[in-house]
Amino acid sequence: MKVPLSWLRQYVDVNIPASDLAHRLTMAGVEVGEVLETGGWSEVYVGSVTAVRPHPNADRLRLCTVTTGRDEAEVVCGAPNVAEGQKICFARVGAHLYNAHSARHETLAAARIRGVESQGMICSELELGLGEDHTGIIVLPDDAPLGEPLSDYLGDTVLDLELTPNRLDCLSMLGVAHEVAALTGGKVTEPEVSYEESGPPASERVSISIADPDLCRRYTATVIDGVRIGPSPQWLQDRLTRAGLRPISNVVDVTNFVMLEYNQPLHAFDLGTVKDATVIVRRARPGEKLTTLDGVERDLTTENLVIADSQDAIGLGGVIGGANSEIGPETRTVLLESANFAPGNNRETATSLGLRTEATLRFEKGLRPELAPLGLRRATALIQQVAGGTVAPGIVDVYPEPAASPTVTLTMRRLRQSLGMDMDMGQAQAALESLGFRCRAGETFLEAEIPWWRNDVNIEDDLVEEVIRIVGYDEVPTVMLSTPIPFHSPSPAIAMRDEVKDLLAAGGMQEVINYSLASLELLERASAAGGDSPPMRIANPMSSTHEYLRPTLHTGLLATLASNRSYSDGPIRLFEAGRVFLPRAGDLPEEAEVVAAVMQGSRGEESWMDSSGDDGMDFFDAKGMVEWLLDRVGIPSPTWEPAEHAVYQQGRCAVVKAGGAVLGHVGEVHPSIREKFDLDSGMVAGFELSLSALLGAMPESERRFVSLPRFPSATRDLALVVPVDVPAGRVTELILRHRMVQSAELFDIYSGENVAPGTRSLAFHVQFQADDRTLTNEEVSRSLDGLLRTLDREVGATLRNQ
Amino acid sequence: MVQPTPQNIEALASAALGELSALDSPEALEQWRIAYLGRRGSLTTVLRGLSGLEIDERRSIGALANRVKESLESGLEERSREISEAALLRAAREDRLDVTLPGRPPAEGRLHPTTQIVREICSAFTGMGFSVVEGPEVEWDHYNFEMLNIPKGHPARDMWNTLWVDYTNEAGEQSMLLRTHTSPMQARVMERQDPPVRVIVPGKCYRYEATDATHEWHFYQIEGLAVDEGITFANLKGTLYEFARRLFGEERKIRFRCDYFPFVEPGVDMSIDCFACDAADRQPGDEGEGGCRICRDSGWIEIMGAGMVHPRVLAGVGYDPDRYTGFAFGLGPERIAMLKYGIDDIRHFYANDLRFLRQF
Repeated sequence: MKVPLSWLRQYVDVNIPASDLAHRLTMAGVEVGEVLETGGWSEVYVGSVTAVRPHPNADRLRLCTVTTGRDEAEVVCGAPNVAEGQKICFARVGAHLYNAHSARHETLAAARIRGVESQGMICSELELGLGEDHTGIIVLPDDAPLGEPLSDYLGDTVLDLELTPNRLDCLSMLGVAHEVAALTGGKVTEPEVSYEESGPPASERVSISIADPDLCRRYTATVIDGVRIGPSPQWLQDRLTRAGLRPISNVVDVTNFVMLEYNQPLHAFDLGTVKDATVIVRRARPGEKLTTLDGVERDLTTENLVIADSQDAIGLGGVIGGANSEIGPETRTVLLESANFAPGNNRETATSLGLRTEATLRFEKGLRPELAPLGLRRATALIQQVAGGTVAPGIVDVYPEPAASPTVTLTMRRLRQSLGMDMDMGQAQAALESLGFRCRAGETFLEAEIPWWRNDVNIEDDLVEEVIRIVGYDEVPTVMLSTPIPFHSPSPAIAMRDEVKDLLAAGGMQEVINYSLASLELLERASAAGGDSPPMRIANPMSSTHEYLRPTLHTGLLATLASNRSYSDGPIRLFEAGRVFLPRAGDLPEEAEVVAAVMQGSRGEESWMDSSGDDGMDFFDAKGMVEWLLDRVGIPSPTWEPAEHAVYQQGRCAVVKAGGAVLGHVGEVHPSIREKFDLDSGMVAGFELSLSALLGAMPESERRFVSLPRFPSATRDLALVVPVDVPAGRVTELILRHRMVQSAELFDIYSGENVAPGTRSLAFHVQFQADDRTLTNEEVSRSLDGLLRTLDREVGATLRNQ
Repeated sequence: MVQPTPQNIEALASAALGELSALDSPEALEQWRIAYLGRRGSLTTVLRGLSGLEIDERRSIGALANRVKESLESGLEERSREISEAALLRAAREDRLDVTLPGRPPAEGRLHPTTQIVREICSAFTGMGFSVVEGPEVEWDHYNFEMLNIPKGHPARDMWNTLWVDYTNEAGEQSMLLRTHTSPMQARVMERQDPPVRVIVPGKCYRYEATDATHEWHFYQIEGLAVDEGITFANLKGTLYEFARRLFGEERKIRFRCDYFPFVEPGVDMSIDCFACDAADRQPGDEGEGGCRICRDSGWIEIMGAGMVHPRVLAGVGYDPDRYTGFAFGLGPERIAMLKYGIDDIRHFYANDLRFLRQF
């Protein structure tokens, strides 16, 4: 909403600098986004062209004599519209103007143009920064004061308001004026409205009825005969232009002017085209069509409200007029409509037809029905003023259920309960009255009548806000909470996620946060698009890049890895802890908390040191990270099994479980997937763990201390030969199962010479230990024999070299 | 064979010790030891010859021989120590490290800056008795809007451009969306517990929004809510003032201006005074240096929306709005991080460029 101060001053004194006013408005909730200054031109005056002669050396140029009343100048002018007798904007030598050729502001110098000296310039909009037009000069009204500095005549300050949706009132000059009055101690002067009426009363000229009062609460109208349609006078055009609207013709301009002044959208019909002089406000009929003012034929539904004559729709109520009843140059009789439409339906129609007009911006927010006749009378008077004609006496006012003027009561108790401060009732009353609320004071309460321009004050707390935004928030004390702190049991899920993130970062992995939406193509690259439950789609995606809710973290991680590869050759380890979205029929999706990681490159960071032998991170780096992580968060004895997974290569992927529940997967990313992400610089290992599974696998009890061993242990090295298809994990598990064994550490794997084909050698350091004594050699040997028998029986393991 | 006479023994000793002082390697020392003190060494041989002497002679010469042997042994020991010390000195001279070479780098890992700032903000509030709760990112219209006093068709819905999930309910309406703020948890929390309530809700939010240096369609928000008997706007000021000081320093000042969010009344926007310039303290007409990029010379930086919980929101969850009052606030952690660290473009956060992430 653009508010030119020149217009605002019609209603209220602005006696403080514009920047100060802008600040006060902003603090009170009417945000001024920008203060736009036009003018500030120096050496530019209102001038008059006293003579125009051809240029001796150029057909398209003319020599003009320009006077400011004090002095005269000869000016070369190329504008086709320059003519003798015009009032124009004259820039003298030394003026600072925009030069369209150099696209810069420059100081005007005297210049020879095709052999003739030009001592200044007659300006176009572009040179003065008033608009984009450079095809001709600005022609000022004949009554423009000759010799006056142009800044005084044309300069203005415009407040560009960035309004929140509740402040409908500030979409109008009068609404803003009331706000300004409250903030500066001023007083609002509303326009005088009076006009002459003659002839038969309006109510006999036109028949108006509301068939659907749920969608049209009030319909008022006047009839004006004998109007002359033409351009608006300059003052009216200027008002509209500075507020950002385009002048069209006098009658239409008046409706726009009054809309900007009072907030009431109006519509003027050519009454000559309204069949049977009958207006019916009704829902559209099934299949009904209307060609609107913008020339588009609209298919209407029974949820669209139309203004109709005895036969057809002639307008879309509160949205846009119909082409069939449009005001034209030949229009002589105007039916002026000022109505009130139901906000919800108005907004739906505007949205469904894609027609957000100045009218719907207002109606959708719920204008007050009291406003309709105010706007109507003002517009009727102005039409008579600028387009002539006679006004039929009276107004037609169809108002099926007149609403009482709303009042809201503010108690001092509520003011204190909400703000936490005591306020003198007189102070509250003064604040409300400055805003135009009429108050009746009780002993401990105020009964406030809501003024017609406000639609956003409906409950007591709204009045609390009105009071405090005028009194100022600085007046409220700053007090720490002193109510009891609610009992809080911390969320184990959040604690687990935080711990996992801390550990992975400490373990040398960088956390990333990827977008939760991905393209289908990206998901397909990681084989995550299909399957039993396809990913959830966004109905109105901004682009196909962000169209599907991610069912996995891997796509984002691999894409991020690839994008970082474009400038880094070193090792990269990334993890993300976030949500993946798994559809559930008829319900919100399951938002599973997952932590996933990818790693690629050498084990050691890039360095000057010898790194031969560092063949890059693989499955065991990923697994090592997971083992360490599980140990650190306190998940006892996870187990590992070969597994299959959409992202990981077959035979190089494991599932990790605890107590039978799957915690996640570890693996090396399938080479074909790697290729699709352009990750061709080597193996990518990764893992994916469910945070809720981790949480579920946590032991019930708190961590318990285990006593340190009091007696020495005995270590034996055990080189076993086992069939290759026996997993090392199984052998370790069997060794650990022996009651005397404290630990078993695999330290060597060998196959080849001296080991039979189909077998491999696994060598362990095995530690034997008893709680209550030092084991004797004999005891250890007996245990070892027993262990070997078990290993032989269970997995066919034998001692090497026997 | 040398006779074991005192003269011979003395001569042997002085020759041996003379040789010893010239030796300079462990190998030469070993040869010397073998030559004199070894099983067949000269001194050993002489000592062996003692057995053929008279008892008196044997005693006196034997004592002499033993003294000589001890002196040779201690000489050897001393010379050996001297040589190894010299070797260490030489080694230290020759094998010196270039200590200016970079150390062996450990693997580098950090938390995402959003994680860091969210934790910092949350801890400021948990220190004031707020607990952290989280809610779903995919939400019902019901919680995202309706329970927050934003019914269907309300013009205020334009404040939140929404990404809708491709889903229609039984009534044929689009009812599932990506939450546009973390405010839906206000209703969810209050539905499942009675007052008092004091929570903060961090989490991801989404909006249908073109991105630029200060707008991202995918971002975090931290919502706060405190409801009980006797909670006032003054408490809102106290809480947020304390927050501003914890995040931005003890000297911070706060300022409120009227703003509109349908789920609070009164509604405000909170600013802190600029920590990078002194524009907030300037008197009118005092131009100052100008050019502050943080506050654009206004002296104040808007950091969050807030207000007193709207009575309709309280009534909607079954709280008695005459008895209970509360405040709510919402802030963008990325914006806080941008202010604190001077980040000029919000799009850095989720582009995940390691050159960006490794700065935090």
